[in-house]
Amino acid sequence: MLEKALSGSKLYWTLILALLVLIGIGFLFYLRQLEFGLGITGMNRDVTWGFYIAQFTFLVGVAASAVMLVLPYYLHDYKAFGKMTVLGEFLAVSAVLMCLLFIIIDLGQPARLLNVILYPTPHSMLFWDMIVLNGYLFLNIIIGWNVLSAEKEGVPPEKWLKPLIYLSIPFAVSIHTVTAFLYSGLPGRGYWLTAVLAPKFLASAFAAGPAFLILLSFILRKFTSFDVGTKPIQTLAKIVCYATIASLFLFFCEVFVTFYSQLPGHMDHKIYLFLGLDGKGALIPWMWSSLLMLITAAILLLIPPARKNEYVLGLACIFIFFGSWIDKGLGLISGGFIPNPLHEVNEYIPTVPEVLISIGVYAIGFLVLTVLFKTVVGVKEEVRG
Amino acid sequence: MENSRRNFLKIAGYSILGVGAGSMLVGITPKFTTAASEESAPPKYKERPGALTANRWGMVIDTRKINGRINKKMQQVCHKIHNVPDFVGQLGAENHEIKWIWPTKFSHAFVEQDHQFVSDRLKETKIPVLCNHCNNPPCVRACPTQATFKREKDGLVLMDFHRCIGCRFCIAACPFGSRSFNYRDPREAIEELEPNFTPRMKGVVEKCNFCAERLARGEAPACVEVSEGALIFGDLEDPSSDIRKVLAEHNAITRKAELGTYPSVFYII
Repeated sequence: MLEKALSGSKLYWTLILALLVLIGIGFLFYLRQLEFGLGITGMNRDVTWGFYIAQFTFLVGVAASAVMLVLPYYLHDYKAFGKMTVLGEFLAVSAVLMCLLFIIIDLGQPARLLNVILYPTPHSMLFWDMIVLNGYLFLNIIIGWNVLSAEKEGVPPEKWLKPLIYLSIPFAVSIHTVTAFLYSGLPGRGYWLTAVLAPKFLASAFAAGPAFLILLSFILRKFTSFDVGTKPIQTLAKIVCYATIASLFLFFCEVFVTFYSQLPGHMDHKIYLFLGLDGKGALIPWMWSSLLMLITAAILLLIPPARKNEYVLGLACIFIFFGSWIDKGLGLISGGFIPNPLHEVNEYIPTVPEVLISIGVYAIGFLVLTVLFKTVVGVKEEVRG
Repeated sequence: MENSRRNFLKIAGYSILGVGAGSMLVGITPKFTTAASEESAPPKYKERPGALTANRWGMVIDTRKINGRINKKMQQVCHKIHNVPDFVGQLGAENHEIKWIWPTKFSHAFVEQDHQFVSDRLKETKIPVLCNHCNNPPCVRACPTQATFKREKDGLVLMDFHRCIGCRFCIAACPFGSRSFNYRDPREAIEELEPNFTPRMKGVVEKCNFCAERLARGEAPACVEVSEGALIFGDLEDPSSDIRKVLAEHNAITRKAELGTYPSVFYII
């Protein structure tokens, strides 16, 4: 089936080549990082997780979002998602792959990675994250590939897939819950120490992930013969809309609790992010644009004529994707570490090598995504004849 | 088609089998060694003659006796004997700073105790901070490899530098900012290598170890030794120890007591 990805237009091969170049550049800089240490990044004694872990956190959300297609389709027999579900599953595959790579490139001693298995430690949330991420990766590879094969054959999917599909639903929820637990269980980090962190992660994931899928569907329609149709996109748009509203609501709850209670340990992180602290506030414009983008998009998607206009829908999806990316990919991690436990403000700015390595990882993810989606398109074309 | 699907399943099956077998081997091997060593009586680790022992080591820092000179001496001796690199002083690389014990303002050491009308003495004195060797350490809870652990026999929170994978989860978990990460090879900023203590490699976390290596030799922690009596070290579980007497006579506080980590470092304010 993979042979479908071996023949394509000039544009397809140009895309593949471009991604390979980005991967190559990222890899060279990663070799430099292996040689010198994580000191080539902008991380410091206070902000000890940076761009890498932030991207990991954001992408866990993208991966989990596949459940927004799988659940209605398989559990509620919502047929309109039939054509699209495999796209969600393959998006999850590439997103989890990127997650795992981002964790690995963030390790100071990547050669000792297997110590996590050699000395299994259930009281560490990272142990559980390893289990659920790998489990979710395998589930989606197996499910997506076999369902697509069955479609190619013109037969119903194998029976043994059903339990795996049902299992993938709680797994999707668990990957983002456990990822939130990495942060929300730490004493003395006021920005993360909130029970709504996991629900907020899930809400913003169910907004950003499906928003990205809508954009991908538009791209597929434009450049290939594969059109998922209007109905699933409109349903997904409603899911995106309410998930965005839910995540904004949870953010509002946090802001209320923090600023009405006036607990300094909780307030100072948000003050740093949105207003600046001790004269430092590198993220202020980012945080406000994120908030503004999310609010605008939620309003746009609430209005039926706007939502049904695909240009407006596309714009709203871009807003939601980048708004959530800023929130998780920039603000969440820095904001948790600033101010530090001694209430000192040391900012973090990612370096060029750090960003290039991250782009390399994204390129690996997009390469896998491109190949998988090309396979999907090829199969759908063949089935249609 | 039929063929490629079968192939895929086969490959997927083999890889799962491979991963499974691999992890089983990994899981079983240590058990085998335990079984083998049980037969031939496990090696008993004896304390070195003259080693200092306790059920729970603790420290009292008398801030009334602390001054800038003592602070400097304590940091210098600690960083010297533990091969702590000086990236800030030698290379100006502030981001890569590593410190085990350092003096800081009262408002930073006791963020939650700070207020407008703190006494003049406290406003001026810098207070030494270090790993609290918590009785309920969040760093140990977070570590995915048990590379940082609480030693059963005396409550010290220690690091296995050779097991640490450098995920820095322990740093995020520590509410006292006591841990540092080796962002690069520390040897670049060690003036003279101290042969009695292992220097670290890049990519691992480190922190104060209450001079576990000195206790094993029968010596008090180096900072205590040079503190001119400002630091009192002893067994918190021994009611007749000096540290317990000091704690009984003074109202000492710990940093961030509200977090329930139960620090073993106390401060007389």
